[in-house]
Formats: sequence, structure tokens, C-alpha cells
Amino acid sequence: MSEVTSFRAEVRHWLDQNCPQPMRNPMESEADVCWGGRNVVFQNEAQQQWLRNMASKGWTAPTWPAQYGGGGLDRTATKVLQEELQRITARIPLYSFGISMIGPAILKYGSEELKRQHLPPIVRGEIRWAQGYSEPNAGSDLASLQASLVDQGDHYLLNGSKIWTSYGDLGDWMFCLVRSDRDGPKQGGISLVLFDMRTAGVSTRPIRLISGKSPFAETFFDQVRVEKNQVVGELNGGWSVAKYLLTHEREMIGESGLGQAGTEALGEMVAAAVGLENGRLADPLLRRDIARVEMDEKALALTLERARDEAKAGASLGASSAMFKYIGTELNKRRQELLMSAQGLHALDWSGPQSDSGHLPKSWLRSRGNSIEGGTSEIQLNIVAKHLLGLPG
Amino acid sequence: MALVLNEEQSMLQQSARDFLQKTAPVKQLRTLRDQSSAKGYSAEVWQEMTAMGWPAMIIPEEFGGLGFGYTGMGVVLQETGRTLTASPLFSSGLVAASAFLMLANEQQKSRYLSGIASGEMLCSLAWDETLRYQPENITCSATRKNGAYLLSGNKLGVIDGMSASHFLVAAVIAGEADVSLFVVPADAAGVSRTAFHALDTHVLAELQLQDVVLDSEARLGGQSFSLEKLYRLLDIARIGQSAELMGVAAECFERTLVYLRERKQFGVPIGSFQALQHRAAILYSELELCKSLVLGALQKLDEGLVDLAETASLCKSKLSEIAMLATSEGIQMHGGIGMTDEFEIGFFYKRARIVETLLGDRYFHLDRFARQRGY
Repeated sequence: MSEVTSFRAEVRHWLDQNCPQPMRNPMESEADVCWGGRNVVFQNEAQQQWLRNMASKGWTAPTWPAQYGGGGLDRTATKVLQEELQRITARIPLYSFGISMIGPAILKYGSEELKRQHLPPIVRGEIRWAQGYSEPNAGSDLASLQASLVDQGDHYLLNGSKIWTSYGDLGDWMFCLVRSDRDGPKQGGISLVLFDMRTAGVSTRPIRLISGKSPFAETFFDQVRVEKNQVVGELNGGWSVAKYLLTHEREMIGESGLGQAGTEALGEMVAAAVGLENGRLADPLLRRDIARVEMDEKALALTLERARDEAKAGASLGASSAMFKYIGTELNKRRQELLMSAQGLHALDWSGPQSDSGHLPKSWLRSRGNSIEGGTSEIQLNIVAKHLLGLPG
Repeated sequence: MALVLNEEQSMLQQSARDFLQKTAPVKQLRTLRDQSSAKGYSAEVWQEMTAMGWPAMIIPEEFGGLGFGYTGMGVVLQETGRTLTASPLFSSGLVAASAFLMLANEQQKSRYLSGIASGEMLCSLAWDETLRYQPENITCSATRKNGAYLLSGNKLGVIDGMSASHFLVAAVIAGEADVSLFVVPADAAGVSRTAFHALDTHVLAELQLQDVVLDSEARLGGQSFSLEKLYRLLDIARIGQSAELMGVAAECFERTLVYLRERKQFGVPIGSFQALQHRAAILYSELELCKSLVLGALQKLDEGLVDLAETASLCKSKLSEIAMLATSEGIQMHGGIGMTDEFEIGFFYKRARIVETLLGDRYFHLDRFARQRGY
């Protein structure tokens, strides 16, 4: 029996024993997502058990080294694990910016001390992380950020504010880009620092979006103490860490659009709403647009697969992630527009008994943000032009 | 299977590229046009291609082929797209060879495949009868008479039809719903052909068949086949076309990128203007999607996937659209010089249009894709 086969058998056996039955059904709504954190409220016993079991194997972060609580799995083994999880339609035990964003950055740039302090609690889902990047006057031009970090001898003091902090009002710790040096080129004076959001002087305010939801917050810093050992990478060397993190974020966003596409076939959903005539969707113009989106969704899935196959094991997609972010988010917007068009009046129902709490219009409105957050589509195209095509200027 | 070329395929790609760029670059196409070439391709280049075994690519070794598979053939077709090299590689080496492999009996395979592999036999599929693409519309008839068949009808758009030594003619036998393919020698009595010069020197043929007498051995597999089954052959052809379109689009895009970096206006390279940068970046993204579709489809062919309809129509529809986009953007971004005959970019635009039109354009395949998806 090959190594892979025996690992698969082992995983299958373990999941059989350790994945609670209620966690083997796809999530039905955002309410089913587990974000962990200090203030976590588990939906039920099964959800808590599932997180605890997966964390005990390090499989919430399967590729991280075992010494920091991760699964220590290589690419092949990770793929096997993912396949086995999909086979029993297991829910993702933990959604976490710790795992998808700051964790990889600490692994790559952080000190040994930071790794030991932060990685194991991330794996266990004990700390929920918030991202402090954008500022009211630093959006697409992120490097012009002004939140200021000043050396006080044995610690730093942070003043300023951040905006578009994902779930900022729910975060336990923040990873935050700050200006630590005002002289020289703007990219050169940026640092990435970590602090507990319970620290005195930190306050947050949720931002209500056009969808009625508040997935983002504003965060304010008034004389916030930051410990000296909580700088990731070099002081004033935060811009490279930030770019690395943004790459991860883009990949994540590019794929999340795809995850949606993979679960529900657009054509089927629309056909159910609009009906067929002689085997064709009753609205020929809508049909054409649906087919084009489905084609692009399939092409994107194949292209992600190809990019992974081309990249060395586990390697980041680099500047290509800008392309994936652009394609994935623009595609999701097209998809949402078509779902709205297909549903007529039903699509306008914000809160009626048949509206599933306005799921459809809220998803449609929310999708407009996809091509803005994490770098606008225009910024992604700039990156493609400059870094992949070598165009000047 | 990983979605990357293996080492052998990469080497083939490189050697094909080297050969074509040296021996059959775009300027050769211009020469063929200026000489009003009757064949539409260079016989010398084709001879060298056969010497390298290109028409033998998908044919198994037992029939005199290389057994290198469809991905190998696709890689070469893509390179011929880059140089716009005209040759019967597609019509004979891919389409006709696939027809024999899929439908012929053992005897017919032994008799014909080695000829295709060696290039001695040039075989073209003669299927279409309508100006707008309607593959289901076949009126060409075969009548049984004294153990033989009498074939009559007209065919349009026969690729490389003026140089073919044989045709594979799609015909209906009276009283049957299904369709048969007949091997018809081009010099058989009752066969006449007229050249149709397409807009970039591709030579197609219109075929007139008048009581052409064929023995029963001429009927592929000795039987008729459902259109569904035969469409698999057309799907293989469309995937091959998609590979060629990929090469056309990629080369045109790369030439345009070079121009964006070099051409100066207002004292700076025009590629520094965001309006052009974004159009180039969008085009690049679309081409990356196309690359994956083509390679994925070729690999499915090599894996022996039977139902190719969704895959092939997706591929042909998307590649047609993006190849036209890449080539029209190529002209636009080159500005005035892009409109001149002296400059090569226009040839890419013409070729993309021809390949899109033959065997179903983006609209035909979008409709078919949607049907396959159940709507």
C-alpha cells in the first residue's frame, strides 16, 4: 500500500470517528459559519466538538508545521485530507483570517517568539484576528497610510484610525499596518504590528453597507500601547509583508467567488425560475448571458487548477493572484446580476416570508464590494499590466 | 492528470516552434497569397512536416503512426496558429485520421491510416452543405446498386479540398435516419471540385458529386452512425481548431505587447497609458482562461472521454470570441499601421475569422453548450 493510500485510509477512519454527524451537511447560511475567538458562541455541541477535534490534529491549518500546532502535511497529503472532507461534505470547522492571512505572514516573516505565541491559538480557533489596512485617506493608495507608531523606549504608541476592518468589532487581536517612519519613500516607513484589541484606547464602530449588513468596521486608536516584540518582520519593513498578505487575500477572494459557483449551477437555478421552451431557457437573451458566465466559471476553475499545477508545491501564485481576484470578483458580480434578473419581483423582496431574509438582494448588493475590497479591479489590472506584462510607468 | 505539458510535449512544442518560425513564418503566407497558390500551402513545408511525423501524431504505431496523442497534435496546431502556417495537418492529420480511428473497420484502418501518417494520402472531410452552419442538414445521398453505392450531392467549405487525394463524404442512404461516411477518391468519375479562395489564402473547395460509384468497402465501418456519435468527430476537430486559435491569439497579443512597450507618442511609450494597460491586462486574463480550456480539452481527448459536446462547444465558443478580441485589439492598438496590408497583424484577424466560422461559430457553440447544460 502506498503512503498516500494508507494516509487516506487513516484520514477516512479518523473522520468517521471524529466528525460529528450534524457537521456532515453543507452550511445553509452564514449563521452556520464558525469564526472562533474569545467571544465565540457555538451553535451547538457538534460545532464545538468538530473544531476541537480538527484542531487537535492541526488540521484547521493542515500545512503549518506541527511544532506550531499545524498539521505538518505536505501538498499531496493536504489534498487527500481535503478530498476526504469533501467526500463526507464536512463543514469547514473554522473560518479565520488568522489561518488565511496573518498566520502565513508570521510563519514567513515573524520571529520565533511570535510564532510560538500566536500560531497555536490560531490553529485552535481561540483568537479571532482583524485586519487593519485601509484608512479614510489611504484606499487604493494604501502605502500613503498615516496611522502613526511612535517609539517610547520600552514600547510604542499608536494613534490614528483604520477603515474597512473586516469584522473589526468582533476581533480579538489586530494585525495593523502603521507608519513608523515619516522620512524617505512612503513604502519604506511602514511596519506591520500586532496588538490585543482590548488594549486601552482601541475603539470600533460598525459600518452599515448598502446590503444592510455590517461586515466591516472603523477602528480608532488613541494612545494605544504596542509591545516592542509585536512587529512582524523588520521595523519599517512592513510593506513587503503587507504585499505578501495581500497576495494571500486576493487568492482567497478569487477562490471564494468560485466556491459559490461550484455549489449551485447558475443555469439550473435560472431555468427553475424562468422555465424552458422546447428545451431552451424561455428568455433567449438571458440564456446567452447565463451561458457566458457558466463558461467563464468553468474556465476559471480550470485555470486555478492549472496555476496550482504549474506552481511549485505550496508556492504562492504571486502576481497572478491579482488576475484571479479580478476575474473571480467580476464574474461573481455578473452571476448576481443574472440571478436578480431571473427572479423578477421576488428579487426585490427584502423581508417578506418567502424572501429568506432578503438573501438574494442582499447577496447582489454585497457583491458590488467584491471588486473594491482587497484592492479594486482597476488596481488588480494595474498589477497585471506592470508585473505580469512588463508595461512601463 | 496535472494541467501542464509533460516533458515530451514541451520538447515537441519547442521544436515545432523553432521549425515553423524558421521555415514557415507569416511572410510565407503572404508569398502564397501573392502567388495565388492553388493549394493554399507550401508543398515543401508540408513535406518537411510529414518527415517529422506530424500527420502521424495521433495514429497508433500499429498503423504506421507515432501514437503521440491529441495533446501533442494540439501543441503543434497551436504553433501553426502562431505562424499562421497553412497545411493539411488539421484536415488530414487530425480530422480524417480521427474519423478512421473512430469509425473504420480494421481493414480500412490498415488500408488508409498509414497513408495519412506518411502524408501520401490527403483526406478531407466533406460534410457541410449550407452557408450558415447546420451540420444536421445532410441531403447528399447514397443509393445501393448491385452491391455498390451511387453517391450524389454537393458539399461546401471542404478544407484543403483542392489538394485532397480523398474525401470523407457524409451522406444519407435512402430510408435510413443515420449518416454514413464514404471514402471517395478525388479522381473518381463523377467528382468535380471548384476552388473557394477564403480571405487569407486558405483554399476551400466546393464539391459536386454526380452518381459516383463506390464499392461497399468505401463505407466507413460498413455501417451508418447516429449524428450524436458522428458529432464526436466534429468535436475533436473543434478542439483542434481551438488549439490553433489559441496560437493565433497568443502570438497576436505578444506582438501587440511589444508594440505597446516600443511605440512612443506624447514622448512616452503608449503602453504607459492606463487605458491601454487595462485593455491589455483584461486580454491577458482572457487568454489565460483560454489556455486552460484548450489544454483541459486536449487532455480529455487523450483520456478517451466519449461525450465531448460540452467541452468542445465551450472551447470553440470561448476561443472564437477571445481570438477575435485579441486580433481586433491587435489592429486597434497598432493604430494606422495595423490597417495596412504591409504589416502582418491583419493576417491574424483574418485567420481567426476563418477558423471561427468553419465548424460552428461562437453563437452556434454557445447555443449548443447551453443545451448540453440543460437549458
